[in-house]
Amino acid sequence: MNPIYASRKRTDFIIRGLCIAAAIFGIGWLTLILGSLLWNGLTSLGLNVFTQMTPPPGVTGGGLLNAIVGSLIMTIIGVAIGAPLGMFAGTYLAEYGRHDKLSSVIRFINDVLLSAPSIIIGLFIYGAVVVPMGGFSAFAGSLALAVIVIPVVVRTTEDMLMLVPTALREAASALGLPRAYVITRVAYKAARAGLITGVLLATARVAGETAPLLFTALSNQFWSIDLTKTMANLPVTINNFVNNPDPNWKNLAWAGALLITLAVLTLNIAARYLGAERTPK
Amino acid sequence: MTDMAVEAAQVAQSDTPMDRARALSAFKFGDVSFYWITRLSAMCVLLILGGIIISLIVGAWPAIQEFGFSFLFTQRWAPSAQPSPVLGALGPIYGTLLTSVIAMAIAVPVGLGIAIFLTELCPMSLRRPIAMAIELLAGIPSIIYGMWGFFVLGPFLANTIEPAIIALFAPIPVLNSIFAGPASNLSLFNASLVLAIMVLPFITAISRDVFATVPPVLKESAYGMGCTTWEVARNVMIPYTRVGLIGGVMLALGRALGETMAVAFIIGNSFKITPSIFAPGTTISAAIASEFAEADGVHQSGLILLGLLLFVLTFIVLTCARLMLMRIERRQGA
Repeated sequence: MNPIYASRKRTDFIIRGLCIAAAIFGIGWLTLILGSLLWNGLTSLGLNVFTQMTPPPGVTGGGLLNAIVGSLIMTIIGVAIGAPLGMFAGTYLAEYGRHDKLSSVIRFINDVLLSAPSIIIGLFIYGAVVVPMGGFSAFAGSLALAVIVIPVVVRTTEDMLMLVPTALREAASALGLPRAYVITRVAYKAARAGLITGVLLATARVAGETAPLLFTALSNQFWSIDLTKTMANLPVTINNFVNNPDPNWKNLAWAGALLITLAVLTLNIAARYLGAERTPK
Repeated sequence: MTDMAVEAAQVAQSDTPMDRARALSAFKFGDVSFYWITRLSAMCVLLILGGIIISLIVGAWPAIQEFGFSFLFTQRWAPSAQPSPVLGALGPIYGTLLTSVIAMAIAVPVGLGIAIFLTELCPMSLRRPIAMAIELLAGIPSIIYGMWGFFVLGPFLANTIEPAIIALFAPIPVLNSIFAGPASNLSLFNASLVLAIMVLPFITAISRDVFATVPPVLKESAYGMGCTTWEVARNVMIPYTRVGLIGGVMLALGRALGETMAVAFIIGNSFKITPSIFAPGTTISAAIASEFAEADGVHQSGLILLGLLLFVLTFIVLTCARLMLMRIERRQGA
């Protein structure tokens, strides 16, 4: 065979081998992480995790009840504040200001906020809410989560509304519907699955966020559902437990990590399923 | 929609002109208020960015006044020094850049390799499941990666791989100071590796999306001319998607620079700069995460100033990334 062909074939063979090796290497690491998470998480997961409060150091037993409830409360409030705001903003970008200058600026800023470091959001809420209010609070934590939710929802809402055929809007307008009604009654309905997908993805994104809660909601060791005080939450509890040599805390941290991961994966899969099923094409 | 038609019909058939006018004005009011609600919400996005910048500058102001530009070039971080605290950002900046660069050096080739594997080599039946698994992994919270790094990866590296590397490079000058011992559970290198594993799914997912924009005809004609898979990837796919790939890599870099929880456990929180990558260090975000809650006064302000630096850094990187990705989107739309 011509030596050039041979060398081309050889290079191709080597690179292919490297690509396959990269795939095995990458997927191997990721299975390793999930594997050790499942192993350690399942062995420390018991009924007590859901029924008892976080224990003080050096004590056996205890659970994560207050942290789980706190996380649920803050995530729900954060999404409840952030999702409508984000949806309206996305509506403006897709429906009213599709081509104007302001929208392209907002779109750009939104994209930057979408991947801004979450610890910066924490610092922002600390300066804007925690200091004026005079102390750490669950409310501040929820606001920090809302700030993270907004860009995600803006982005998906805009993308989904863009997919709604213009003919639908024109038909509704031809019936004499005002613009707002065209959007709320026609465009929203056509894009409903996509909009829900966006909210689910945003929820998944904030469910495991730790950095913005570190100095907004802080965390505590007891049952408290007062929004104006610090509130226990899973990510910060895990953070504190990992940083401590106590073996019982270590096990609870694994259990908490498994819970968060399962929640995030479930939300992501649900979003994917919904999005594949009903997204207008 | 039917309900709207009925309502509209009721408006049309209203007995008196008064009813009709009232219904129409209600419509109009709804219309205008909805417009303003959406417009104000859109403004909120700008407001958030403005709020972040202002609150960071206000919070950092005491530190800016106290240290000025020397903050950027001082290595010493001594919040409780007498008579006045000495704070310098050099250590965290060095750690942030070093860990991100090492992480990207590992994750970019591997991520591209996986993306090429997925688009060109992988059997059809495996493509969708593997791609989906990788996208799901990109969504896992970073604290999980950090925790795994702390409990599993750190001890493993310190006990097996790092001593071997240190021994290997010990006789070689220069390299023996970069790979100097002792191996430790907490080090810049361990943090970089965790970061690399964390951004890997992200880079793979983006490169795969970008590779999907290459028109099949282009690839097919290259294959038709007798190109090998590697030649198609190198001479057709990568040049065609170059801008998008760089944008994706910069997006990932933006993530790596600002990542907190994946590195905070494992980096060791040392503000000293040492040439060895096996020594403990710190990053901007890890420093803020570990010290902020207990800091006050100038110390706290210094941490906020670090945050401001991080924000400026990531803002620049993300802006470049977005501009590049926008270029490829425009071409795709055209």
